[in-house]
Amino acid sequence: MAFAAFGSASPTKDSGNKRKGGPIVLALLLPGLIYLALFFMTPLVNLVVTSLESPDPTGAIGAYFYDFNIGNYATVVSSYMPQILRSFGYAFAATLFALAISYPVAYYIGVKLRSRPLLQRLMLTLVIAPFFISFLLRTIAWKQLLSDNSGFVSLLHATGILGQTQFFIGSDAAVIFGLTYNFIPFMTLPLFTNLERLDVRLLEAASDLYASPRKVFSRVTLPLSMPGIISGTLLTFIPIAGDYVNASRDFLGSSKTSMIGTMVEADYLQNWNYPSASAMSVLLMGVILVLVTAYVRRSGTEDLL
Amino acid sequence: MRKFSLGRFVLPAYSAVALVFLLIPIVYTIVFSFNDSTRSNTVWEGFTFKHWLNVCARQDVCDAVSNSILIGVISTIFATILGTALAIALVRYSFTARSMVSLSLFLPMATPEVVLGAGLAGLFFNAGVGAGMVTIIIAHVMFCLSFVVVTVKARVQTLDPTLEEAGADLYANPAHVFTKITLPLLMPGIISAALLSFALSFDDFIITYFNSGSVTTFPKYIYVAASRGVPAEANVIASAVFLLAIVIVLATQIRGALKRAKLAKG
Repeated sequence: MAFAAFGSASPTKDSGNKRKGGPIVLALLLPGLIYLALFFMTPLVNLVVTSLESPDPTGAIGAYFYDFNIGNYATVVSSYMPQILRSFGYAFAATLFALAISYPVAYYIGVKLRSRPLLQRLMLTLVIAPFFISFLLRTIAWKQLLSDNSGFVSLLHATGILGQTQFFIGSDAAVIFGLTYNFIPFMTLPLFTNLERLDVRLLEAASDLYASPRKVFSRVTLPLSMPGIISGTLLTFIPIAGDYVNASRDFLGSSKTSMIGTMVEADYLQNWNYPSASAMSVLLMGVILVLVTAYVRRSGTEDLL
Repeated sequence: MRKFSLGRFVLPAYSAVALVFLLIPIVYTIVFSFNDSTRSNTVWEGFTFKHWLNVCARQDVCDAVSNSILIGVISTIFATILGTALAIALVRYSFTARSMVSLSLFLPMATPEVVLGAGLAGLFFNAGVGAGMVTIIIAHVMFCLSFVVVTVKARVQTLDPTLEEAGADLYANPAHVFTKITLPLLMPGIISAALLSFALSFDDFIITYFNSGSVTTFPKYIYVAASRGVPAEANVIASAVFLLAIVIVLATQIRGALKRAKLAKG
């Protein structure tokens, strides 16, 4: 799906004649699946267990015992409500911006540039170019380009968009900006892989039948590209909701932009409050599983990968 | 006529602006690798090659990068082997619980890094395994695996099964068919999967941070240094990696495009 664009070949339909699997298929599947069971599934189960622990009666820091302490969830929800709302609010806004920026680009590269494969490949390479340079350094670059004494902030001051004592870095807008920027390629790639296969004859047919360009887009192009939009949205929204680097005060955020991830990191690595960090992680994972389930209901599992 | 002007001018202009937007921080990072700065690399102080000529002037930067390269190479080898096997099984064979396998490969890609990181850290903590190189590598193989499957799967789908059947008809045993026919045909996909896996591993911060203990990788170094200013040597490393990667990708993309153009002309 999404990252097929990285491959040198474009995906085609599965070859119909599949062989019945015997011992070979087990030999191919088992090592990878066992690995995932050990290091993906077990940690998730472990998080759920840890999220139900209570502090050790001896009061030792970082010591907990299993207690089916469901109250941990109530505690994290009430004390971290601003972070929870911020995470999903940022993710919603940044995903929307990323879609608005990516869709026309993916359409241009995937549909309009079909007749010029060389230019198409070049533009695609530019879309994925940010993947090859440190994500942290790119974010720091924005921090410096939009810093308090940058031309950008002077412009905002001169036009009165920002008050003289207000700055861009550290604001909600700066974090949403950074998140949008960093996740645009994750939106553009699935959109591109979808639009690359869009049958333009259907668009021609619609306009032959006197549909206005706007109608062609809303009734033909948009519905046909829905799978791309859904997987792009999923692949953007989820990592953004869990990100905390952009929101960190050393990057584009401030103490007023902390997200769920910020709290998980602080609780886990600094406060050794493992039950709290685990409960937050499980909550985040729960929301994401709901989203993925909705996606699977709609499109089936075959298109997931 | 509106449709034509939209297609002809607005769309290309919009795309060009979007791509420039994507490239701005990359250019900034490369330019500031030439900044004649001593400590913090925030203000332009003049052009110099000194950071490029002597990257290891900052020993900590060099150590972090060599850790990252080592972790990237080892994780990529394991993830590519496991992932290629899974991709072949998914495309070539029918088996029960296929959709379960697809889902369990998709889920790691759909799980936020902070959940993967905290989950693994908890597992290692409970098992009494100290965080370090090994735990970082275990974590990286896990999150790279799914991406390898996606990339190799796309290649397996283009592969003509009759070629393998022809090999078998000519008395090649299954091992021979695999090493002489299947593997060479899959190579381009496997190579792009390995490159992607290395890139993901090399740039990973969040999962690494939870499972690294005292080991410093390149992204962890930058994260920790961010509060007091990242030295220009870090920009040099990032720029060099970027230029190398972009040359490789451009070469393969151009080759692919030329091949297609040739085929189209027939």
